[in-house]
Amino acid sequence: MRFEGKVALITGAGMGIGRATALLFAREGARVVVADYDAESGEETARLIRDEGRDAKFVRADVSLPTDVQAMVQATLDTHRRIDILHNNAGIDLPQATNVVATEVEDWDRIVAVNLRGVFLCCKYAIPEMIRGGGGVIVNTASIAGLAPMPQEAAYGASKGGLVLLTRQMARDYARHKIRVVNVCPGPMEKPMRHRLETLQADAAAFEKRQSFAERIPLGRMCRPQDIARAVLFLASEDASMITGVDLVVDGGYILG
Amino acid sequence: MRLEGKVAIVTGASGGIGKGIVLRLAEEGADVVLVDLDQEVAQKTARQVEELGRRSLVLGTNVAAPGQVADMVARVLEWAGHIDILVNNAGVELIRPVFEISEADWDKTIDVNLKGAWLCSQAVARVMAEAKNGGRIISIGSIMSEMPAPGEPHYAASKGGVLMLTKALALDLAPYDINVNAIGPGVIKNGLSSKGCLADPAGAERMRVGIPLRRFGSPRDVGNAVVFLASEEASYVTGVILYVDGGVILASPWS
Repeated sequence: MRFEGKVALITGAGMGIGRATALLFAREGARVVVADYDAESGEETARLIRDEGRDAKFVRADVSLPTDVQAMVQATLDTHRRIDILHNNAGIDLPQATNVVATEVEDWDRIVAVNLRGVFLCCKYAIPEMIRGGGGVIVNTASIAGLAPMPQEAAYGASKGGLVLLTRQMARDYARHKIRVVNVCPGPMEKPMRHRLETLQADAAAFEKRQSFAERIPLGRMCRPQDIARAVLFLASEDASMITGVDLVVDGGYILG
Repeated sequence: MRLEGKVAIVTGASGGIGKGIVLRLAEEGADVVLVDLDQEVAQKTARQVEELGRRSLVLGTNVAAPGQVADMVARVLEWAGHIDILVNNAGVELIRPVFEISEADWDKTIDVNLKGAWLCSQAVARVMAEAKNGGRIISIGSIMSEMPAPGEPHYAASKGGVLMLTKALALDLAPYDINVNAIGPGVIKNGLSSKGCLADPAGAERMRVGIPLRRFGSPRDVGNAVVFLASEEASYVTGVILYVDGGVILASPWS
Protein backbone atom coordinates (compact mmCIF):
# COMPACT_ATOMS: atom_id res chain seq x y z
CA MET A 1 0.00 0.00 0.00
CA ARG A 2 2.26 2.72 -1.30
CA PHE A 3 -0.29 5.55 -1.14
CA GLU A 4 -2.04 5.05 2.17
CA GLY A 5 -3.42 8.38 3.36
CA LYS A 6 -2.57 10.18 0.11
CA VAL A 7 -5.07 12.17 -1.93
CA ALA A 8 -4.83 11.73 -5.70
CA LEU A 9 -6.65 14.00 -8.14
CA ILE A 10 -6.83 12.48 -11.62
CA THR A 11 -8.19 14.30 -14.66
CA GLY A 12 -9.55 12.47 -17.68
CA ALA A 13 -10.24 9.57 -15.34
CA GLY A 14 -13.43 8.47 -17.08
CA MET A 15 -11.71 6.02 -19.37
CA GLY A 16 -8.46 4.57 -20.66
CA ILE A 17 -5.25 5.58 -18.91
CA GLY A 18 -7.02 7.81 -16.37
CA ARG A 19 -9.41 5.09 -15.27
CA ALA A 20 -6.61 2.49 -15.02
CA THR A 21 -4.52 4.90 -12.97
CA ALA A 22 -7.42 5.83 -10.69
CA LEU A 23 -8.13 2.16 -9.95
CA LEU A 24 -4.47 1.41 -9.21
CA PHE A 25 -4.05 4.43 -6.92
CA ALA A 26 -7.17 3.40 -5.02
CA ARG A 27 -5.95 -0.21 -4.66
CA GLU A 28 -2.71 1.13 -3.19
CA GLY A 29 -4.56 3.06 -0.54
CA ALA A 30 -5.05 6.53 -2.05
CA ARG A 31 -8.24 8.50 -1.72
CA VAL A 32 -9.06 9.29 -5.33
CA VAL A 33 -10.82 12.25 -6.88
CA VAL A 34 -11.97 11.25 -10.36
CA ALA A 35 -12.31 14.23 -12.69
CA ASP A 36 -13.71 14.11 -16.22
CA TYR A 37 -15.77 16.34 -18.45
CA ASP A 38 -18.00 13.36 -19.20
CA ALA A 39 -20.11 12.70 -16.10
CA GLU A 40 -21.28 9.25 -17.12
CA SER A 41 -17.85 7.66 -17.58
CA GLY A 42 -16.38 9.56 -14.64
CA GLU A 43 -19.14 8.41 -12.29
CA GLU A 44 -18.56 4.89 -13.58
CA THR A 45 -14.85 5.00 -12.66
CA ALA A 46 -15.71 6.26 -9.17
CA ARG A 47 -18.29 3.49 -8.81
CA LEU A 48 -15.78 0.83 -9.91
CA ILE A 49 -13.41 2.05 -7.19
CA ARG A 50 -16.10 2.11 -4.52
CA ASP A 51 -17.18 -1.41 -5.58
CA GLU A 52 -13.69 -2.53 -4.55
CA GLY A 53 -14.27 -1.00 -1.14
CA ARG A 54 -12.03 2.00 -1.80
CA ASP A 55 -12.52 5.74 -1.58
CA ALA A 56 -13.47 7.72 -4.68
CA LYS A 57 -15.41 10.83 -5.55
CA PHE A 58 -16.34 12.15 -8.98
CA VAL A 59 -16.03 15.80 -9.96
CA ARG A 60 -17.15 17.02 -13.37
CA ALA A 61 -14.67 19.44 -14.90
CA ASP A 62 -13.59 20.75 -18.27
CA VAL A 63 -9.90 21.37 -17.57
CA SER A 64 -9.72 24.12 -20.18
CA LEU A 65 -11.99 26.35 -18.06
CA PRO A 66 -10.47 28.19 -15.07
CA THR A 67 -13.76 28.20 -13.19
CA ASP A 68 -14.19 24.43 -13.61
CA VAL A 69 -10.61 23.79 -12.50
CA GLN A 70 -10.93 26.05 -9.46
CA ALA A 71 -14.15 24.29 -8.51
CA MET A 72 -12.49 20.89 -8.98
CA VAL A 73 -9.58 21.82 -6.72
CA GLN A 74 -11.99 23.27 -4.15
CA ALA A 75 -14.13 20.13 -4.22
CA THR A 76 -11.02 18.05 -3.55
CA LEU A 77 -10.08 20.28 -0.62
CA ASP A 78 -13.62 20.28 0.75
CA THR A 79 -13.54 16.50 0.98
CA HIS A 80 -9.91 15.72 1.77
CA ARG A 81 -8.30 19.00 2.93
CA ARG A 82 -5.23 18.34 0.77
CA ILE A 83 -3.83 17.27 -2.62
CA ASP A 84 -0.76 15.01 -2.64
CA ILE A 85 -0.83 13.76 -6.21
CA LEU A 86 -2.13 15.46 -9.34
CA HIS A 87 -2.27 13.28 -12.43
CA ASN A 88 -2.94 15.56 -15.40
CA ASN A 89 -4.23 13.00 -17.81
CA ALA A 90 -7.14 14.74 -19.56
CA GLY A 91 -6.34 15.08 -23.22
CA ILE A 92 -8.04 15.10 -26.58
CA ASP A 93 -7.08 14.27 -30.12
CA LEU A 94 -8.71 15.22 -33.40
CA PRO A 95 -11.05 12.70 -35.04
CA GLN A 96 -8.34 12.04 -37.62
CA ALA A 97 -4.65 12.72 -38.12
CA THR A 98 -4.32 16.19 -39.64
CA ASN A 99 -1.49 18.35 -40.92
CA VAL A 100 -1.22 22.09 -40.30
CA VAL A 101 -2.96 23.23 -43.50
CA ALA A 102 -5.93 20.94 -42.96
CA THR A 103 -6.28 21.76 -39.26
CA GLU A 104 -9.31 23.93 -38.52
CA VAL A 105 -8.43 26.93 -36.37
CA GLU A 106 -11.12 25.97 -33.84
CA ASP A 107 -9.69 22.45 -33.62
CA TRP A 108 -6.19 23.80 -32.98
CA ASP A 109 -7.51 26.04 -30.23
CA ARG A 110 -9.52 23.28 -28.62
CA ILE A 111 -6.61 20.80 -28.56
CA VAL A 112 -4.20 23.31 -27.10
CA ALA A 113 -6.86 24.44 -24.65
CA VAL A 114 -7.36 20.97 -23.21
CA ASN A 115 -3.92 19.37 -23.57
CA LEU A 116 -1.72 22.34 -22.64
CA ARG A 117 -3.78 25.13 -21.09
CA GLY A 118 -5.66 22.46 -19.11
CA VAL A 119 -2.46 21.27 -17.45
CA PHE A 120 -1.38 24.86 -16.83
CA LEU A 121 -4.69 25.61 -15.12
CA CYS A 122 -4.75 22.46 -12.98
CA CYS A 123 -1.19 23.14 -11.84
CA LYS A 124 -1.86 26.83 -11.27
CA TYR A 125 -4.62 26.05 -8.81
CA ALA A 126 -3.32 22.80 -7.29
CA ILE A 127 0.32 23.78 -6.66
CA PRO A 128 -0.46 26.36 -3.92
CA GLU A 129 -2.35 23.61 -2.06
CA MET A 130 0.59 21.22 -2.46
CA ILE A 131 2.95 23.86 -1.13
CA ARG A 132 0.63 24.37 1.84
CA GLY A 133 0.66 20.59 2.41
CA GLY A 134 4.47 20.39 2.35
CA GLY A 135 4.95 19.01 -1.15
CA GLY A 136 3.48 16.73 -3.77
CA VAL A 137 3.86 15.00 -7.09
CA ILE A 138 2.47 16.01 -10.47
CA VAL A 139 2.47 13.34 -13.18
CA ASN A 140 1.45 14.52 -16.63
CA THR A 141 0.36 12.28 -19.46
CA ALA A 142 2.40 13.66 -22.33
CA SER A 143 3.09 11.51 -25.40
CA ILE A 144 5.90 10.32 -27.63
CA ALA A 145 4.25 12.78 -30.04
CA GLY A 146 5.60 15.49 -27.72
CA LEU A 147 9.16 14.23 -28.16
CA ALA A 148 9.24 13.50 -31.89
CA PRO A 149 6.90 14.28 -34.79
CA MET A 150 4.32 11.64 -35.63
CA PRO A 151 2.68 11.68 -39.07
CA GLN A 152 0.00 14.38 -39.40
CA GLU A 153 -0.38 15.15 -35.71
CA ALA A 154 0.29 18.87 -35.92
CA ALA A 155 -1.95 20.22 -33.19
CA TYR A 156 -1.69 17.21 -30.93
CA GLY A 157 2.11 17.01 -31.25
CA ALA A 158 2.53 20.71 -30.59
CA SER A 159 0.29 20.57 -27.52
CA LYS A 160 2.22 17.63 -26.09
CA GLY A 161 5.57 19.18 -27.00
CA GLY A 162 4.50 22.25 -25.08
CA LEU A 163 3.51 20.06 -22.16
CA VAL A 164 6.93 18.39 -22.12
CA LEU A 165 8.63 21.73 -21.61
CA LEU A 166 5.98 23.01 -19.20
CA THR A 167 6.71 19.96 -17.05
CA ARG A 168 10.45 20.61 -17.00
CA GLN A 169 9.78 24.25 -16.23
CA MET A 170 7.57 23.42 -13.27
CA ALA A 171 9.99 20.72 -12.09
CA ARG A 172 12.69 23.34 -11.90
CA ASP A 173 10.55 26.04 -10.33
CA TYR A 174 8.84 23.96 -7.64
CA ALA A 175 11.57 21.50 -6.62
CA ARG A 176 12.42 23.80 -3.71
CA HIS A 177 8.84 23.32 -2.47
CA LYS A 178 9.29 19.55 -2.58
CA ILE A 179 7.01 19.20 -5.57
CA ARG A 180 8.17 16.77 -8.22
CA VAL A 181 6.80 17.16 -11.74
CA VAL A 182 7.25 14.42 -14.34
CA ASN A 183 5.88 13.20 -17.66
CA VAL A 184 4.87 9.77 -18.72
CA CYS A 185 4.97 9.44 -22.52
CA PRO A 186 2.79 6.68 -23.95
CA GLY A 187 3.30 5.31 -27.44
CA PRO A 188 0.39 4.37 -29.74
CA MET A 189 -2.45 2.97 -27.64
CA GLU A 190 -4.29 -0.24 -28.49
CA LYS A 191 -7.52 1.65 -28.01
CA PRO A 192 -7.42 5.20 -29.43
CA MET A 193 -8.86 8.20 -27.61
CA ARG A 194 -12.54 9.04 -27.62
CA HIS A 195 -12.84 11.16 -30.78
CA ARG A 196 -10.36 9.19 -32.86
CA LEU A 197 -12.05 5.96 -31.81
CA GLU A 198 -15.42 7.14 -33.09
CA THR A 199 -13.95 7.90 -36.52
CA LEU A 200 -12.08 4.63 -36.69
CA GLN A 201 -15.07 2.60 -35.65
CA ALA A 202 -16.90 3.96 -38.70
CA ASP A 203 -14.03 3.01 -41.02
CA ALA A 204 -12.88 -0.60 -40.73
CA ALA A 205 -10.01 -0.23 -43.22
CA ALA A 206 -8.57 2.75 -41.36
CA PHE A 207 -8.95 0.92 -38.06
CA GLU A 208 -7.07 -2.09 -39.42
CA LYS A 209 -4.31 0.10 -40.78
CA ARG A 210 -3.91 1.73 -37.40
CA GLN A 211 -3.77 -1.59 -35.59
CA SER A 212 -0.95 -2.68 -37.93
CA PHE A 213 1.19 -0.20 -35.95
CA ALA A 214 1.78 -3.11 -33.60
CA GLU A 215 4.12 -4.73 -36.12
CA ARG A 216 6.33 -1.65 -36.05
CA ILE A 217 6.69 -1.68 -32.29
CA PRO A 218 9.80 -3.57 -31.14
CA LEU A 219 8.00 -5.29 -28.25
CA GLY A 220 5.33 -6.43 -30.70
CA ARG A 221 2.17 -4.88 -29.31
CA MET A 222 0.57 -1.51 -28.75
CA CYS A 223 0.34 0.28 -25.42
CA ARG A 224 -2.33 -0.59 -22.85
CA PRO A 225 -3.66 1.69 -20.10
CA GLN A 226 -2.19 -0.61 -17.46
CA ASP A 227 1.33 -0.05 -18.88
CA ILE A 228 0.99 3.67 -18.28
CA ALA A 229 -0.82 3.37 -14.97
CA ARG A 230 1.99 1.30 -13.47
CA ALA A 231 4.58 3.85 -14.60
CA VAL A 232 2.49 6.68 -13.15
CA LEU A 233 2.31 4.92 -9.79
CA PHE A 234 6.06 4.36 -9.70
CA LEU A 235 6.73 8.01 -10.54
CA ALA A 236 4.28 9.19 -7.89
CA SER A 237 5.69 6.88 -5.23
CA GLU A 238 8.38 7.40 -2.61
CA ASP A 239 10.60 5.08 -4.68
CA ALA A 240 10.93 7.91 -7.20
CA SER A 241 11.60 10.64 -4.64
CA MET A 242 14.82 11.67 -6.42
CA ILE A 243 13.19 11.75 -9.86
CA THR A 244 11.87 15.01 -11.25
CA GLY A 245 11.54 16.67 -14.63
CA VAL A 246 11.87 13.41 -16.57
CA ASP A 247 9.97 12.11 -19.58
CA LEU A 248 9.41 8.41 -18.94
CA VAL A 249 8.70 6.88 -22.32
CA VAL A 250 6.46 3.80 -22.15
CA ASP A 251 6.13 2.72 -25.76
CA GLY A 252 7.59 -0.74 -26.23
CA GLY A 253 10.53 0.85 -28.03
CA TYR A 254 8.45 2.50 -30.79
CA ILE A 255 10.32 5.81 -30.68
CA LEU A 256 13.71 4.10 -31.12
CA GLY A 257 13.13 3.55 -34.79
CA MET B 1 8.14 -8.86 -3.24
CA ARG B 2 8.22 -7.94 -6.89
CA LEU B 3 11.17 -10.10 -8.00
CA GLU B 4 10.61 -13.41 -6.25
CA GLY B 5 12.38 -16.30 -7.96
CA LYS B 6 14.47 -14.05 -10.20
CA VAL B 7 18.23 -14.29 -10.56
CA ALA B 8 20.08 -11.00 -10.95
CA ILE B 9 23.70 -10.21 -11.78
CA VAL B 10 25.05 -6.88 -10.54
CA THR B 11 28.48 -5.78 -11.73
CA GLY B 12 30.48 -3.30 -9.71
CA ALA B 13 28.71 -4.72 -6.66
CA SER B 14 31.30 -3.44 -4.18
CA GLY B 15 30.72 0.21 -4.96
CA GLY B 16 28.25 2.35 -3.07
CA ILE B 17 25.61 2.31 -5.80
CA GLY B 18 26.26 -1.37 -6.47
CA LYS B 19 25.53 -2.22 -2.87
CA GLY B 20 22.30 -0.20 -2.95
CA ILE B 21 21.18 -2.04 -6.08
CA VAL B 22 22.08 -5.47 -4.70
CA LEU B 23 20.18 -4.92 -1.46
CA ARG B 24 17.05 -3.55 -3.15
CA LEU B 25 16.97 -6.52 -5.54
CA ALA B 26 17.35 -8.95 -2.64
CA GLU B 27 14.66 -7.16 -0.61
CA GLU B 28 12.29 -7.72 -3.53
CA GLY B 29 13.03 -11.43 -3.56
CA ALA B 30 15.81 -11.86 -6.12
CA ASP B 31 18.87 -14.09 -5.69
CA VAL B 32 21.89 -11.96 -6.51
CA VAL B 33 25.28 -12.52 -8.11
CA LEU B 34 27.71 -9.85 -6.91
CA VAL B 35 30.46 -9.20 -9.44
CA ASP B 36 33.45 -7.08 -8.51
CA LEU B 37 37.24 -7.17 -8.74
CA ASP B 38 37.21 -6.19 -5.06
CA GLN B 39 35.54 -9.26 -3.59
CA GLU B 40 36.06 -8.30 0.02
CA VAL B 41 33.37 -5.59 0.13
CA ALA B 42 31.09 -7.71 -2.06
CA GLN B 43 31.38 -10.59 0.43
CA LYS B 44 30.05 -8.36 3.21
CA THR B 45 27.10 -7.27 1.08
CA ALA B 46 26.53 -10.91 0.09
CA ARG B 47 26.08 -11.78 3.76
CA GLN B 48 23.38 -9.11 3.98
CA VAL B 49 21.69 -10.70 0.98
CA GLU B 50 21.69 -14.05 2.81
CA GLU B 51 20.28 -12.37 5.93
CA LEU B 52 17.38 -11.22 3.75
CA GLY B 53 16.72 -14.90 3.00
CA ARG B 54 18.07 -14.80 -0.56
CA ARG B 55 20.97 -16.67 -2.15
CA SER B 56 24.15 -14.88 -3.16
CA LEU B 57 27.26 -15.62 -5.20
CA VAL B 58 30.37 -13.44 -5.35
CA LEU B 59 32.56 -13.45 -8.47
CA GLY B 60 35.74 -11.48 -9.15
CA THR B 61 35.12 -11.04 -12.88
CA ASN B 62 36.85 -8.29 -14.87
CA VAL B 63 33.90 -7.15 -17.01
CA ALA B 64 36.24 -5.85 -19.74
CA ALA B 65 37.79 -9.29 -20.31
CA PRO B 66 35.67 -11.43 -22.66
CA GLY B 67 37.00 -14.75 -21.36
CA GLN B 68 36.22 -13.81 -17.78
CA VAL B 69 32.72 -12.63 -18.73
CA ALA B 70 32.05 -15.97 -20.46
CA ASP B 71 33.26 -17.75 -17.35
CA MET B 72 31.03 -15.57 -15.16
CA VAL B 73 27.94 -16.48 -17.18
CA ALA B 74 28.82 -20.19 -17.09
CA ARG B 75 29.28 -20.12 -13.32
CA VAL B 76 26.00 -18.27 -12.75
CA LEU B 77 24.15 -20.81 -14.89
CA GLU B 78 25.73 -23.64 -12.96
CA TRP B 79 24.73 -21.96 -9.71
CA ALA B 80 21.18 -20.88 -10.57
CA GLY B 81 20.17 -22.46 -13.88
CA HIS B 82 18.89 -19.17 -15.34
CA ILE B 83 19.52 -15.42 -15.47
CA ASP B 84 16.65 -12.92 -15.44
CA ILE B 85 18.25 -9.57 -14.70
CA LEU B 86 21.62 -8.02 -15.55
CA VAL B 87 22.63 -4.71 -14.02
CA ASN B 88 25.68 -3.19 -15.71
CA ASN B 89 26.89 -1.01 -12.87
CA ALA B 90 30.69 -1.44 -12.94
CA GLY B 91 32.29 1.89 -13.70
CA VAL B 92 35.33 4.07 -13.16
CA GLU B 93 35.52 7.86 -13.11
CA LEU B 94 38.96 9.46 -13.50
CA ILE B 95 38.67 13.25 -13.28
CA ARG B 96 41.62 15.08 -14.81
CA PRO B 97 42.36 18.37 -16.56
CA VAL B 98 41.85 17.80 -20.25
CA PHE B 99 45.55 17.83 -21.27
CA GLU B 100 46.47 15.40 -18.51
CA ILE B 101 44.15 12.61 -19.56
CA SER B 102 46.42 9.80 -20.69
CA GLU B 103 45.72 7.11 -23.22
CA ALA B 104 45.62 4.67 -20.30
CA ASP B 105 42.92 6.81 -18.59
CA TRP B 106 40.87 6.81 -21.78
CA ASP B 107 41.25 3.07 -22.34
CA LYS B 108 40.43 2.11 -18.76
CA THR B 109 37.31 4.32 -18.73
CA ILE B 110 35.98 3.05 -22.04
CA ASP B 111 36.93 -0.56 -21.23
CA VAL B 112 35.11 -0.77 -17.92
CA ASN B 113 32.18 1.60 -18.52
CA LEU B 114 31.31 0.83 -22.13
CA LYS B 115 33.04 -2.33 -23.32
CA GLY B 116 32.21 -4.03 -20.03
CA ALA B 117 28.53 -3.19 -20.39
CA TRP B 118 28.59 -4.47 -23.97
CA LEU B 119 30.40 -7.75 -23.18
CA CYS B 120 28.16 -8.56 -20.22
CA SER B 121 25.00 -7.61 -22.13
CA GLN B 122 25.88 -9.74 -25.15
CA ALA B 123 26.88 -12.78 -23.09
CA VAL B 124 23.88 -12.62 -20.77
CA ALA B 125 21.38 -11.76 -23.52
CA ARG B 126 22.52 -14.84 -25.45
CA VAL B 127 21.62 -17.01 -22.47
CA MET B 128 18.31 -15.17 -21.96
CA ALA B 129 17.39 -15.56 -25.64
CA GLU B 130 18.16 -19.29 -25.59
CA ALA B 131 16.03 -19.74 -22.48
CA LYS B 132 13.10 -18.02 -24.28
CA ASN B 133 11.90 -16.54 -21.01
CA GLY B 134 12.64 -12.86 -21.66
CA GLY B 135 14.86 -10.78 -19.44
CA ARG B 136 15.89 -7.34 -18.29
CA ILE B 137 19.16 -5.53 -18.84
CA ILE B 138 19.69 -2.29 -16.94
CA SER B 139 22.82 -0.25 -17.44
CA ILE B 140 23.93 2.53 -15.15
CA GLY B 141 24.54 5.58 -17.30
CA SER B 142 24.88 9.03 -15.82
CA ILE B 143 23.54 12.53 -16.20
CA MET B 144 26.72 12.76 -18.26
CA SER B 145 25.11 10.44 -20.80
CA GLU B 146 23.61 13.69 -22.13
CA MET B 147 25.19 16.54 -20.20
CA PRO B 148 28.96 17.12 -20.05
CA ALA B 149 30.95 18.23 -17.01
CA PRO B 150 34.47 19.63 -16.92
CA GLY B 151 37.44 17.30 -16.57
CA GLU B 152 35.76 14.15 -17.76
CA PRO B 153 35.47 13.94 -21.54
CA HIS B 154 36.43 10.26 -21.45
CA TYR B 155 33.84 9.50 -18.76
CA ALA B 156 31.15 11.51 -20.57
CA ALA B 157 31.96 9.71 -23.82
CA SER B 158 31.71 6.33 -22.11
CA LYS B 159 28.36 7.19 -20.51
CA GLY B 160 27.02 8.70 -23.73
CA GLY B 161 28.03 5.41 -25.28
CA VAL B 162 26.13 3.49 -22.61
CA LEU B 163 22.96 5.42 -23.50
CA MET B 164 23.22 4.66 -27.21
CA LEU B 165 24.21 1.05 -26.49
CA THR B 166 21.04 0.81 -24.41
CA LYS B 167 18.81 2.10 -27.20
CA ALA B 168 20.47 -0.07 -29.85
CA LEU B 169 20.30 -3.23 -27.73
CA ALA B 170 16.65 -2.47 -26.91
CA LEU B 171 15.89 -2.72 -30.63
CA ASP B 172 17.96 -5.84 -31.22
CA LEU B 173 16.75 -7.70 -28.16
CA ALA B 174 13.04 -6.78 -28.23
CA PRO B 175 12.24 -9.85 -30.40
CA TYR B 176 13.54 -11.97 -27.52
CA ASP B 177 11.39 -10.13 -24.99
CA ILE B 178 14.48 -8.67 -23.37
CA ASN B 179 13.93 -5.08 -22.23
CA VAL B 180 17.04 -2.91 -22.14
CA ASN B 181 17.06 0.36 -20.22
CA ALA B 182 19.46 2.73 -18.51
CA ILE B 183 19.41 4.76 -15.33
CA GLY B 184 21.09 8.14 -15.18
CA PRO B 185 22.14 8.86 -11.60
CA GLY B 186 22.96 12.44 -10.75
CA VAL B 187 25.22 13.21 -7.81
CA ILE B 188 24.98 10.19 -5.52
CA LYS B 189 26.41 10.28 -2.02
CA ASN B 190 28.57 7.20 -1.44
CA GLY B 191 28.86 6.68 -5.17
CA LEU B 192 31.96 7.41 -7.27
CA SER B 193 31.35 11.10 -6.61
CA SER B 194 32.30 10.84 -2.94
CA LYS B 195 35.94 10.54 -3.91
CA GLY B 196 35.51 12.92 -6.83
CA CYS B 197 33.34 16.02 -6.90
CA LEU B 198 32.09 15.62 -3.30
CA ALA B 199 35.55 15.27 -1.72
CA ASP B 200 35.75 19.00 -0.96
CA PRO B 201 33.00 20.04 1.53
CA ALA B 202 32.60 23.59 0.19
CA GLY B 203 32.37 22.30 -3.37
CA ALA B 204 29.90 19.65 -2.28
CA GLU B 205 27.65 22.25 -0.66
CA ARG B 206 27.73 24.41 -3.80
CA MET B 207 26.74 21.34 -5.74
CA ARG B 208 23.92 20.43 -3.35
CA VAL B 209 22.21 23.80 -3.65
CA GLY B 210 22.51 23.51 -7.41
CA ILE B 211 20.34 20.38 -7.36
CA PRO B 212 16.71 21.43 -7.76
CA LEU B 213 15.49 18.95 -5.10
CA ARG B 214 18.31 20.22 -2.80
CA ARG B 215 19.72 16.85 -1.87
CA PHE B 216 22.18 14.26 -3.13
CA GLY B 217 20.85 10.95 -4.30
CA SER B 218 21.45 7.75 -2.38
CA PRO B 219 22.38 4.29 -3.66
CA ARG B 220 18.91 3.26 -2.55
CA ASP B 221 17.33 5.83 -4.91
CA VAL B 222 19.16 4.14 -7.78
CA GLY B 223 18.21 0.70 -6.45
CA ASN B 224 14.53 1.69 -6.41
CA ALA B 225 14.72 2.65 -10.07
CA VAL B 226 16.47 -0.63 -10.89
CA VAL B 227 13.70 -2.57 -9.14
CA PHE B 228 11.04 -0.71 -11.15
CA LEU B 229 12.78 -1.39 -14.47
CA ALA B 230 13.39 -5.04 -13.50
CA SER B 231 9.80 -5.64 -12.42
CA GLU B 232 6.60 -6.57 -14.23
CA GLU B 233 5.51 -2.93 -13.81
CA ALA B 234 7.96 -1.90 -16.55
CA SER B 235 7.23 -4.71 -19.02
CA TYR B 236 6.41 -2.18 -21.78
CA VAL B 237 9.37 0.10 -21.06
CA THR B 238 12.43 -0.40 -23.25
CA GLY B 239 15.19 1.76 -24.69
CA VAL B 240 14.85 4.58 -22.17
CA ILE B 241 17.16 6.30 -19.72
CA LEU B 242 15.55 7.15 -16.41
CA TYR B 243 17.31 10.01 -14.67
CA VAL B 244 17.53 9.76 -10.89
CA ASP B 245 19.13 13.11 -10.37
CA GLY B 246 16.88 15.42 -8.37
CA GLY B 247 16.48 17.52 -11.51
CA VAL B 248 20.18 18.27 -12.03
CA ILE B 249 19.88 17.85 -15.75
CA LEU B 250 17.23 20.60 -15.79
CA ALA B 251 19.52 23.08 -14.12
CA SER B 252 23.17 22.33 -14.64
CA PRO B 253 25.03 22.95 -11.36
CA TRP B 254 28.37 22.85 -13.11
CA SER B 255 27.74 26.20 -14.71
